[in-house]
Amino acid sequence: MSVKQGLLALLATRPMYGAQLRAEFEARTGGTWPLNVGQVYTTLGRLERDGLVEGIGADEEGRISYRLTDTGRREVAAWWTSPVDRETTPRDELVIKLALAVTVDGVDVPTVVQTQRTATMRHLRDLTRLKQQAMNASDDATPEAANPGVKRDDQGRIDLAWLLVLENLIFAGEAEVRWLDHVESTLVREAVRGPGARRTPAAYENDTDRTTEGARS
Amino acid sequence: MSETILRLEDVTRIHGTGEAQVTALAGVSLEVAAGELVAVMGPSGSGKSTLLNLAGGLDAPTTGTVVIEGQALGQLGKDGLARLRRRRVGFVFQDFNLIPSLTAAENVALPLELDGQRVGKARRRAVDALNTVGVGELADRYPDKMSGGQQQRVAIARALVGDRRLVLADEPTGALDSHTGEGVLRVLRERCDAGAAGLLVTHEARHAAWADRVVFLRDGVVVDSTGGDVAESLLEPTA
Ligand SMILES: Nc1ncnc2c1ncn2[C@@H]1O[C@H](COP(=O)(O)OP(=O)(O)OP(=O)(O)O)[C@@H](O)[C@H]1O
Ligand SMILES: [Mg+2]
Repeated sequence: MSVKQGLLALLATRPMYGAQLRAEFEARTGGTWPLNVGQVYTTLGRLERDGLVEGIGADEEGRISYRLTDTGRREVAAWWTSPVDRETTPRDELVIKLALAVTVDGVDVPTVVQTQRTATMRHLRDLTRLKQQAMNASDDATPEAANPGVKRDDQGRIDLAWLLVLENLIFAGEAEVRWLDHVESTLVREAVRGPGARRTPAAYENDTDRTTEGARS
Repeated sequence: MSETILRLEDVTRIHGTGEAQVTALAGVSLEVAAGELVAVMGPSGSGKSTLLNLAGGLDAPTTGTVVIEGQALGQLGKDGLARLRRRRVGFVFQDFNLIPSLTAAENVALPLELDGQRVGKARRRAVDALNTVGVGELADRYPDKMSGGQQQRVAIARALVGDRRLVLADEPTGALDSHTGEGVLRVLRERCDAGAAGLLVTHEARHAAWADRVVFLRDGVVVDSTGGDVAESLLEPTA
Protein backbone atom coordinates (compact mmCIF):
# COMPACT_ATOMS: atom_id res chain seq x y z
CA MET A 1 0.00 0.00 0.00
CA SER A 2 1.22 3.48 -0.71
CA VAL A 3 1.60 6.14 1.91
CA LYS A 4 -0.38 8.35 -0.44
CA GLN A 5 -3.58 6.33 -0.14
CA GLY A 6 -3.24 6.09 3.61
CA LEU A 7 -2.88 9.85 4.06
CA LEU A 8 -5.80 10.57 1.76
CA ALA A 9 -8.00 8.16 3.71
CA LEU A 10 -7.07 9.86 6.97
CA LEU A 11 -7.64 13.35 5.59
CA ALA A 12 -11.14 12.24 4.64
CA THR A 13 -11.93 12.13 8.38
CA ARG A 14 -10.73 15.70 9.14
CA PRO A 15 -8.04 18.20 8.09
CA MET A 16 -4.66 17.50 9.71
CA TYR A 17 -1.05 18.64 9.61
CA GLY A 18 1.88 16.34 8.98
CA ALA A 19 2.74 15.24 12.52
CA GLN A 20 -0.93 14.54 13.27
CA LEU A 21 -1.21 12.42 10.13
CA ARG A 22 1.80 10.42 11.11
CA ALA A 23 0.51 9.82 14.65
CA GLU A 24 -2.95 8.80 13.41
CA PHE A 25 -1.52 6.45 10.82
CA GLU A 26 0.63 4.69 13.37
CA ALA A 27 -2.09 4.48 16.02
CA ARG A 28 -4.50 2.90 13.58
CA THR A 29 -2.06 0.35 12.24
CA GLY A 30 -0.57 -0.53 15.59
CA GLY A 31 2.80 0.93 14.68
CA THR A 32 3.31 -1.92 12.23
CA TRP A 33 4.28 0.45 9.42
CA PRO A 34 6.27 3.28 10.91
CA LEU A 35 6.39 6.46 8.83
CA ASN A 36 8.85 9.25 9.24
CA VAL A 37 7.67 12.81 9.20
CA GLY A 38 9.82 13.63 6.18
CA GLN A 39 7.97 10.95 4.19
CA VAL A 40 4.66 12.45 5.23
CA TYR A 41 5.60 15.99 4.14
CA THR A 42 7.09 14.83 0.83
CA THR A 43 3.90 12.93 0.10
CA LEU A 44 1.71 15.88 1.10
CA GLY A 45 3.72 18.08 -1.27
CA ARG A 46 3.07 15.69 -4.14
CA LEU A 47 -0.62 15.38 -3.30
CA GLU A 48 -0.94 19.18 -3.30
CA ARG A 49 0.87 19.45 -6.63
CA ASP A 50 -1.54 16.88 -8.11
CA GLY A 51 -4.57 18.77 -6.76
CA LEU A 52 -5.72 16.06 -4.34
CA VAL A 53 -5.22 18.10 -1.16
CA GLU A 54 -4.97 21.81 -0.32
CA GLY A 55 -3.40 23.71 2.56
CA ILE A 56 -5.81 25.60 4.80
CA GLY A 57 -3.37 27.94 6.50
CA ALA A 58 -1.00 27.63 9.41
CA ASP A 59 -1.74 27.59 13.14
CA GLU A 60 0.12 29.81 15.62
CA GLU A 61 3.04 27.39 15.57
CA GLY A 62 3.25 27.55 11.81
CA ARG A 63 1.91 24.05 11.12
CA ILE A 64 -0.03 23.85 7.90
CA SER A 65 -3.16 21.71 7.93
CA TYR A 66 -4.36 20.01 4.76
CA ARG A 67 -7.79 18.97 3.59
CA LEU A 68 -9.04 16.93 0.64
CA THR A 69 -10.13 18.58 -2.59
CA ASP A 70 -13.07 17.12 -4.52
CA THR A 71 -10.61 15.23 -6.69
CA GLY A 72 -8.97 13.87 -3.54
CA ARG A 73 -12.33 12.79 -2.21
CA ARG A 74 -13.06 10.89 -5.43
CA GLU A 75 -9.63 9.25 -5.23
CA VAL A 76 -10.37 8.00 -1.69
CA ALA A 77 -13.78 6.64 -2.72
CA ALA A 78 -12.17 4.81 -5.65
CA TRP A 79 -9.56 3.32 -3.33
CA TRP A 80 -12.11 1.89 -0.92
CA THR A 81 -14.08 0.27 -3.73
CA SER A 82 -11.23 -1.28 -5.72
CA PRO A 83 -9.29 -4.41 -4.70
CA VAL A 84 -5.63 -4.25 -3.76
CA ASP A 85 -3.43 -5.15 -6.72
CA ARG A 86 -1.62 -8.38 -5.85
CA GLU A 87 0.39 -8.42 -9.07
CA THR A 88 2.63 -5.66 -7.81
CA THR A 89 3.22 -7.19 -4.37
CA PRO A 90 6.97 -7.47 -3.96
CA ARG A 91 8.44 -10.97 -4.07
CA ASP A 92 9.06 -12.55 -0.73
CA GLU A 93 12.70 -13.13 0.17
CA LEU A 94 11.89 -16.50 1.71
CA VAL A 95 10.37 -17.76 -1.52
CA ILE A 96 13.42 -16.69 -3.47
CA LYS A 97 15.73 -18.20 -0.88
CA LEU A 98 14.06 -21.60 -1.03
CA ALA A 99 13.77 -21.57 -4.79
CA LEU A 100 17.51 -21.02 -4.90
CA ALA A 101 18.18 -23.52 -2.12
CA VAL A 102 16.61 -26.40 -4.03
CA THR A 103 18.55 -25.59 -7.19
CA VAL A 104 21.98 -24.78 -5.76
CA ASP A 105 24.18 -27.76 -4.88
CA GLY A 106 25.36 -28.28 -1.34
CA VAL A 107 22.54 -26.47 0.49
CA ASP A 108 20.94 -28.40 3.35
CA VAL A 109 17.37 -27.54 2.43
CA PRO A 110 15.64 -29.33 5.36
CA THR A 111 17.72 -27.25 7.74
CA VAL A 112 16.84 -24.06 5.88
CA VAL A 113 13.17 -25.03 6.22
CA GLN A 114 13.40 -25.92 9.90
CA THR A 115 15.38 -22.82 10.82
CA GLN A 116 12.77 -20.66 9.20
CA ARG A 117 9.88 -22.56 10.76
CA THR A 118 11.34 -22.15 14.22
CA ALA A 119 11.82 -18.44 13.68
CA THR A 120 8.32 -18.01 12.28
CA MET A 121 6.81 -19.94 15.20
CA ARG A 122 8.59 -17.62 17.63
CA HIS A 123 7.25 -14.64 15.78
CA LEU A 124 3.76 -16.15 15.87
CA ARG A 125 4.05 -16.70 19.60
CA ASP A 126 5.04 -13.09 20.17
CA LEU A 127 2.13 -11.89 18.07
CA THR A 128 -0.22 -14.19 19.96
CA ARG A 129 0.91 -12.75 23.29
CA LEU A 130 0.19 -9.28 22.02
CA LYS A 131 -3.20 -10.46 20.87
CA GLN A 132 -3.89 -12.06 24.23
CA GLN A 133 -3.07 -8.76 25.95
CA ALA A 134 -5.34 -6.90 23.59
CA MET A 135 -8.18 -9.37 24.13
CA ASN A 136 -7.80 -9.36 27.89
CA ALA A 137 -7.83 -5.58 27.81
CA SER A 138 -11.09 -5.48 25.89
CA ASP A 139 -12.57 -8.13 28.20
CA ASP A 140 -11.71 -6.06 31.26
CA ALA A 141 -12.70 -2.86 29.49
CA THR A 142 -10.38 -1.12 31.91
CA PRO A 143 -8.87 2.24 31.02
CA GLU A 144 -5.52 2.17 29.33
CA ALA A 145 -3.64 2.97 32.49
CA ALA A 146 -3.96 -0.70 33.44
CA ASN A 147 -2.88 -1.87 30.00
CA PRO A 148 -0.23 0.50 28.73
CA GLY A 149 0.57 -1.73 25.75
CA VAL A 150 -2.90 -1.39 24.31
CA LYS A 151 -4.15 1.52 22.33
CA ARG A 152 -7.75 2.56 22.44
CA ASP A 153 -9.91 5.53 21.62
CA ASP A 154 -13.27 6.33 23.14
CA GLN A 155 -15.08 3.83 20.95
CA GLY A 156 -12.41 1.16 21.27
CA ARG A 157 -12.10 1.24 17.52
CA ILE A 158 -8.35 1.66 17.51
CA ASP A 159 -8.19 -1.43 19.68
CA LEU A 160 -10.18 -3.28 17.08
CA ALA A 161 -7.94 -2.02 14.28
CA TRP A 162 -4.90 -3.17 16.24
CA LEU A 163 -6.41 -6.62 16.81
CA LEU A 164 -7.20 -6.98 13.12
CA VAL A 165 -3.69 -5.95 12.14
CA LEU A 166 -2.30 -8.54 14.56
CA GLU A 167 -4.62 -11.19 13.15
CA ASN A 168 -3.41 -10.39 9.67
CA LEU A 169 0.19 -10.93 10.73
CA ILE A 170 -0.82 -14.17 12.45
CA PHE A 171 -2.59 -15.46 9.36
CA ALA A 172 0.46 -14.60 7.28
CA GLY A 173 2.78 -16.44 9.70
CA GLU A 174 0.44 -19.40 9.76
CA ALA A 175 0.41 -19.54 5.96
CA GLU A 176 4.19 -19.43 5.94
CA VAL A 177 4.45 -22.36 8.35
CA ARG A 178 1.96 -24.37 6.29
CA TRP A 179 3.91 -23.66 3.17
CA LEU A 180 7.15 -24.72 4.87
CA ASP A 181 5.46 -27.98 5.97
CA HIS A 182 4.43 -28.47 2.37
CA VAL A 183 7.94 -27.79 1.08
CA GLU A 184 9.31 -30.32 3.55
CA SER A 185 6.92 -33.12 2.64
CA THR A 186 7.43 -32.40 -1.06
CA LEU A 187 11.17 -32.78 -0.59
CA VAL A 188 10.69 -36.08 1.24
CA ARG A 189 8.54 -37.35 -1.60
CA GLU A 190 11.03 -36.23 -4.23
CA ALA A 191 13.86 -37.93 -2.38
CA VAL A 192 11.94 -41.22 -2.35
CA ARG A 193 11.02 -40.94 -5.99
CA GLY A 194 14.61 -40.31 -6.96
CA PRO A 195 16.15 -37.81 -9.38
CA GLY A 196 14.68 -37.49 -12.83
CA ALA A 197 11.20 -38.63 -11.87
CA ARG A 198 10.10 -35.04 -11.60
CA ARG A 199 10.52 -34.51 -15.31
CA THR A 200 8.12 -37.24 -16.38
CA PRO A 201 4.55 -36.27 -15.61
CA ALA A 202 3.47 -39.85 -16.29
CA ALA A 203 5.29 -40.88 -13.14
CA TYR A 204 2.71 -38.96 -11.12
CA GLU A 205 -0.20 -40.70 -12.78
CA ASN A 206 1.14 -44.20 -12.34
CA ASP A 207 2.16 -43.50 -8.79
CA THR A 208 0.52 -46.00 -6.52
CA ASP A 209 3.32 -46.64 -4.07
CA ARG A 210 2.70 -43.92 -1.52
CA THR A 211 5.80 -44.82 0.38
CA THR A 212 6.16 -41.77 2.55
CA GLU A 213 2.95 -40.46 4.00
CA GLY A 214 0.28 -42.91 3.03
CA ALA A 215 1.85 -45.87 4.79
CA ARG A 216 2.25 -44.04 8.03
CA SER A 217 -0.96 -42.19 8.53
CA MET B 1 12.97 -21.63 37.91
CA SER B 2 9.57 -23.22 38.44
CA GLU B 3 8.96 -26.71 39.63
CA THR B 4 9.19 -29.41 36.96
CA ILE B 5 5.85 -31.20 36.61
CA LEU B 6 6.63 -33.55 33.73
CA ARG B 7 9.98 -35.03 32.79
CA LEU B 8 10.76 -37.47 30.00
CA GLU B 9 14.26 -38.89 30.10
CA ASP B 10 15.62 -40.45 26.93
CA VAL B 11 12.30 -42.08 26.15
CA THR B 12 12.01 -44.63 23.33
CA ARG B 13 8.87 -46.47 22.26
CA ILE B 14 9.12 -49.38 19.85
CA HIS B 15 5.98 -51.14 18.64
CA GLY B 16 6.07 -54.76 17.47
CA THR B 17 9.09 -56.98 17.00
CA GLY B 18 11.41 -58.18 14.25
CA GLU B 19 10.49 -57.17 10.70
CA ALA B 20 7.32 -55.38 11.75
CA GLN B 21 9.12 -53.24 14.31
CA VAL B 22 8.23 -49.54 14.34
CA THR B 23 10.17 -46.98 16.35
CA ALA B 24 7.50 -44.46 17.20
CA LEU B 25 9.71 -42.40 19.48
CA ALA B 26 13.51 -42.49 19.71
CA GLY B 27 15.40 -41.04 22.65
CA VAL B 28 13.18 -38.07 23.45
CA SER B 29 13.91 -35.95 26.52
CA LEU B 30 11.61 -33.15 27.56
CA GLU B 31 10.68 -31.16 30.64
CA VAL B 32 7.57 -29.13 31.28
CA ALA B 33 7.52 -26.82 34.30
CA ALA B 34 4.59 -25.47 36.27
CA GLY B 35 3.14 -22.49 34.44
CA GLU B 36 4.42 -23.66 31.09
CA LEU B 37 2.50 -24.69 27.99
CA VAL B 38 4.54 -26.65 25.44
CA ALA B 39 3.27 -27.44 21.96
CA VAL B 40 4.29 -30.50 19.95
CA MET B 41 4.21 -30.24 16.17
CA GLY B 42 5.29 -32.56 13.40
CA PRO B 43 4.06 -34.47 10.37
CA SER B 44 1.56 -37.30 10.65
CA GLY B 45 3.23 -40.38 12.09
CA SER B 46 6.08 -38.45 13.68
CA GLY B 47 5.18 -39.71 17.18
CA LYS B 48 3.15 -36.85 18.69
CA SER B 49 0.32 -38.97 20.12
CA THR B 50 2.83 -41.57 21.27
CA LEU B 51 4.67 -38.87 23.19
CA LEU B 52 1.48 -37.61 24.79
CA ASN B 53 0.28 -41.08 25.77
CA LEU B 54 3.63 -41.86 27.36
CA ALA B 55 3.59 -38.54 29.19
CA GLY B 56 0.22 -39.40 30.72
CA GLY B 57 0.99 -43.01 31.56
CA LEU B 58 -1.52 -44.40 29.06
CA ASP B 59 1.37 -46.21 27.41
CA ALA B 60 4.75 -47.33 28.76
CA PRO B 61 8.14 -46.61 27.14
CA THR B 62 10.30 -49.42 25.79
CA THR B 63 13.28 -47.70 27.41
CA GLY B 64 13.65 -44.45 29.32
CA THR B 65 11.75 -42.86 32.19
CA VAL B 66 8.64 -40.73 32.58
CA VAL B 67 8.38 -38.72 35.80
CA ILE B 68 5.26 -36.80 36.92
CA GLU B 69 5.62 -34.49 39.91
CA GLY B 70 8.67 -36.41 41.08
CA GLN B 71 7.05 -39.82 40.72
CA ALA B 72 8.62 -42.21 38.18
CA LEU B 73 5.70 -43.95 36.46
CA GLY B 74 7.67 -47.16 35.93
CA GLN B 75 7.89 -47.68 39.68
CA LEU B 76 4.14 -47.57 40.19
CA GLY B 77 1.93 -50.64 40.11
CA LYS B 78 -1.21 -50.77 38.02
CA ASP B 79 -3.42 -49.29 40.75
CA GLY B 80 -0.92 -46.63 41.69
CA LEU B 81 -0.63 -45.56 38.08
CA ALA B 82 -4.40 -45.43 37.67
CA ARG B 83 -4.71 -43.30 40.81
CA LEU B 84 -2.00 -40.90 39.70
CA ARG B 85 -3.63 -40.54 36.31
CA ARG B 86 -7.00 -39.86 37.87
CA ARG B 87 -5.71 -37.30 40.35
CA ARG B 88 -2.82 -35.64 38.61
CA VAL B 89 -3.29 -35.83 34.87
CA GLY B 90 -6.03 -34.34 32.71
CA PHE B 91 -6.47 -35.57 29.15
CA VAL B 92 -8.26 -33.82 26.33
CA PHE B 93 -8.72 -35.97 23.24
CA GLN B 94 -9.66 -34.90 19.75
CA ASP B 95 -12.95 -36.79 19.86
CA PHE B 96 -13.90 -35.41 23.32
CA ASN B 97 -14.61 -38.87 24.78
CA LEU B 98 -17.64 -37.75 26.80
CA ILE B 99 -19.94 -40.46 28.10
CA PRO B 100 -23.26 -40.02 26.25
CA SER B 101 -25.49 -41.26 29.08
CA LEU B 102 -24.12 -38.74 31.57
CA THR B 103 -24.79 -34.99 31.74
CA ALA B 104 -21.98 -32.48 31.43
CA ALA B 105 -21.66 -32.16 35.21
CA GLU B 106 -21.75 -35.95 35.69
CA ASN B 107 -19.05 -36.40 33.05
CA VAL B 108 -16.83 -33.90 34.79
CA ALA B 109 -17.57 -35.25 38.27
CA LEU B 110 -16.88 -38.86 37.32
CA PRO B 111 -13.12 -38.91 37.92
CA LEU B 112 -13.69 -37.30 41.34
CA GLU B 113 -16.32 -39.85 42.31
CA LEU B 114 -14.14 -42.70 41.10
CA ASP B 115 -11.57 -41.23 43.42
CA GLY B 116 -13.92 -41.57 46.37
CA GLN B 117 -15.30 -38.05 46.70
CA ARG B 118 -18.90 -37.71 47.86
CA VAL B 119 -21.40 -37.05 45.08
CA GLY B 120 -22.48 -33.62 46.33
CA LYS B 121 -18.95 -32.31 46.65
CA ALA B 122 -17.90 -33.81 43.32
CA ARG B 123 -20.83 -32.10 41.64
CA ARG B 124 -19.96 -28.72 43.15
CA ARG B 125 -16.42 -28.98 41.90
CA ALA B 126 -17.63 -30.13 38.49
CA VAL B 127 -19.92 -27.12 38.17
CA ASP B 128 -17.04 -24.84 39.19
CA ALA B 129 -14.88 -26.36 36.47
CA LEU B 130 -17.66 -25.93 33.90
CA ASN B 131 -17.99 -22.28 34.91
CA THR B 132 -14.26 -21.80 34.46
CA VAL B 133 -14.50 -22.80 30.81
CA GLY B 134 -17.65 -20.76 30.30
CA VAL B 135 -20.27 -23.51 29.96
CA GLY B 136 -21.70 -23.56 33.48
CA GLU B 137 -25.22 -23.27 32.12
CA LEU B 138 -24.83 -26.61 30.33
CA ALA B 139 -24.25 -28.59 33.55
CA ASP B 140 -27.39 -30.69 33.22
CA ARG B 141 -27.35 -31.17 29.49
CA TYR B 142 -26.37 -34.41 27.73
CA PRO B 143 -23.50 -34.44 25.21
CA ASP B 144 -25.73 -35.08 22.19
CA LYS B 145 -27.56 -31.83 22.93
CA MET B 146 -24.37 -29.76 22.72
CA SER B 147 -22.35 -28.36 19.83
CA GLY B 148 -18.85 -29.67 19.16
CA GLY B 149 -17.30 -26.60 20.75
CA GLN B 150 -19.44 -26.98 23.87
CA GLN B 151 -18.56 -30.66 24.18
CA GLN B 152 -14.92 -29.77 23.85
CA ARG B 153 -15.20 -27.26 26.67
CA VAL B 154 -16.84 -29.88 28.86
CA ALA B 155 -14.00 -32.26 28.01
CA ILE B 156 -11.55 -29.57 29.07
CA ALA B 157 -13.43 -28.98 32.31
CA ARG B 158 -13.13 -32.70 32.96
CA ALA B 159 -9.39 -32.50 32.33
CA LEU B 160 -9.03 -29.54 34.68
CA VAL B 161 -11.26 -30.59 37.57
CA GLY B 162 -9.60 -31.37 40.88
CA ASP B 163 -5.96 -30.64 41.58
CA ARG B 164 -4.52 -31.75 38.31
CA ARG B 165 -1.33 -30.00 37.49
CA LEU B 166 -0.58 -31.73 34.21
CA VAL B 167 -2.90 -31.21 31.26
CA LEU B 168 -2.32 -33.21 28.07
CA ALA B 169 -4.25 -32.30 24.95
CA ASP B 170 -4.11 -34.12 21.61
CA GLU B 171 -5.46 -31.92 18.81
CA PRO B 172 -8.10 -30.45 21.12
CA THR B 173 -9.22 -27.97 18.49
CA GLY B 174 -9.53 -30.50 15.69
CA ALA B 175 -13.10 -30.06 14.56
CA LEU B 176 -13.73 -26.56 15.86
CA ASP B 177 -14.04 -23.29 13.96
CA SER B 178 -11.28 -20.79 14.53
CA HIS B 179 -13.05 -18.70 17.20
CA THR B 180 -14.15 -21.71 19.22
CA GLY B 181 -10.76 -23.32 18.84
CA GLU B 182 -9.19 -20.14 20.10
CA GLY B 183 -11.48 -20.16 23.14
CA VAL B 184 -10.20 -23.64 23.98
CA LEU B 185 -6.60 -22.42 23.72
CA ARG B 186 -7.30 -19.44 25.93
CA VAL B 187 -8.70 -21.72 28.64
CA LEU B 188 -5.65 -23.94 28.39
CA ARG B 189 -3.34 -20.94 28.47
CA GLU B 190 -5.06 -19.47 31.53
CA ARG B 191 -4.85 -22.77 33.34
CA CYS B 192 -1.12 -22.90 32.71
CA ASP B 193 -0.73 -19.25 33.72
CA ALA B 194 -2.41 -20.30 36.97
CA GLY B 195 0.28 -22.92 37.61
CA ALA B 196 -0.49 -26.07 35.62
CA ALA B 197 1.90 -27.65 33.12
CA GLY B 198 0.46 -28.27 29.67
CA LEU B 199 1.48 -30.35 26.67
CA LEU B 200 -0.47 -29.68 23.50
CA VAL B 201 -0.31 -31.60 20.23
CA THR B 202 -1.47 -29.57 17.28
CA HIS B 203 -1.08 -29.25 13.53
CA GLU B 204 -2.00 -25.61 13.56
CA ALA B 205 0.68 -22.99 13.89
CA ARG B 206 -1.79 -20.38 15.17
CA HIS B 207 -2.71 -22.69 18.04
CA ALA B 208 0.85 -23.73 18.79
CA ALA B 209 1.58 -20.01 19.03
CA TRP B 210 -0.26 -19.93 22.38
CA ALA B 211 2.47 -22.11 23.86
CA ASP B 212 5.68 -20.91 25.47
CA ARG B 213 7.73 -23.36 23.43
CA VAL B 214 7.22 -25.56 20.41
CA VAL B 215 8.90 -28.96 20.09
CA PHE B 216 9.18 -30.26 16.53
CA LEU B 217 9.10 -34.02 16.03
CA ARG B 218 10.09 -35.90 12.95
CA ASP B 219 10.31 -39.69 12.70
CA GLY B 220 10.21 -39.98 16.48
CA VAL B 221 13.04 -37.55 17.09
CA VAL B 222 12.98 -33.97 18.37
CA VAL B 223 14.49 -32.01 15.51
CA ASP B 224 14.19 -28.53 16.94
CA SER B 225 12.48 -26.45 19.55
CA THR B 226 11.78 -22.78 19.98
CA GLY B 227 13.44 -21.81 23.20
CA GLY B 228 14.35 -18.28 24.06
CA ASP B 229 12.18 -15.52 25.28
CA VAL B 230 9.73 -13.15 23.76
CA ALA B 231 11.22 -10.41 21.67
CA GLU B 232 11.10 -7.57 24.17
CA SER B 233 10.78 -4.97 21.45
CA LEU B 234 7.39 -6.40 20.53
CA LEU B 235 6.02 -6.27 24.05
CA GLU B 236 7.13 -2.76 24.84
CA PRO B 237 4.29 -0.32 25.13
CA THR B 238 4.12 1.61 21.90
CA ALA B 239 2.13 4.51 23.33
N1 LIG C 1 -0.04 -49.65 18.46
C1 LIG C 1 0.83 -49.43 17.47
N2 LIG C 1 1.39 -50.46 16.81
C2 LIG C 1 2.28 -50.26 15.81
N3 LIG C 1 2.67 -49.05 15.40
C3 LIG C 1 2.15 -47.98 16.01
C4 LIG C 1 1.19 -48.10 17.07
N4 LIG C 1 0.85 -46.87 17.48
C5 LIG C 1 1.55 -46.01 16.72
N5 LIG C 1 2.33 -46.65 15.83
C6 LIG C 1 3.25 -46.07 14.85
O1 LIG C 1 4.09 -45.14 15.52
C7 LIG C 1 4.32 -43.99 14.72
C8 LIG C 1 3.93 -42.74 15.49
O2 LIG C 1 2.50 -42.71 15.65
P1 LIG C 1 1.73 -41.54 16.37
O3 LIG C 1 0.31 -41.94 16.52
O4 LIG C 1 2.45 -41.15 17.59
O5 LIG C 1 1.87 -40.37 15.29
P2 LIG C 1 1.29 -38.88 15.32
O6 LIG C 1 2.45 -37.97 15.20
O7 LIG C 1 0.37 -38.70 16.47
O8 LIG C 1 0.47 -38.81 13.97
P3 LIG C 1 -0.92 -38.06 13.60
O9 LIG C 1 -0.55 -36.62 13.34
O10 LIG C 1 -1.34 -38.74 12.34
O11 LIG C 1 -1.89 -38.25 14.73
C9 LIG C 1 3.57 -44.21 13.43
O12 LIG C 1 4.46 -44.72 12.47
C10 LIG C 1 2.53 -45.23 13.82
O13 LIG C 1 2.17 -46.01 12.71
MG1 LIG D 1 -1.78 -38.37 16.66
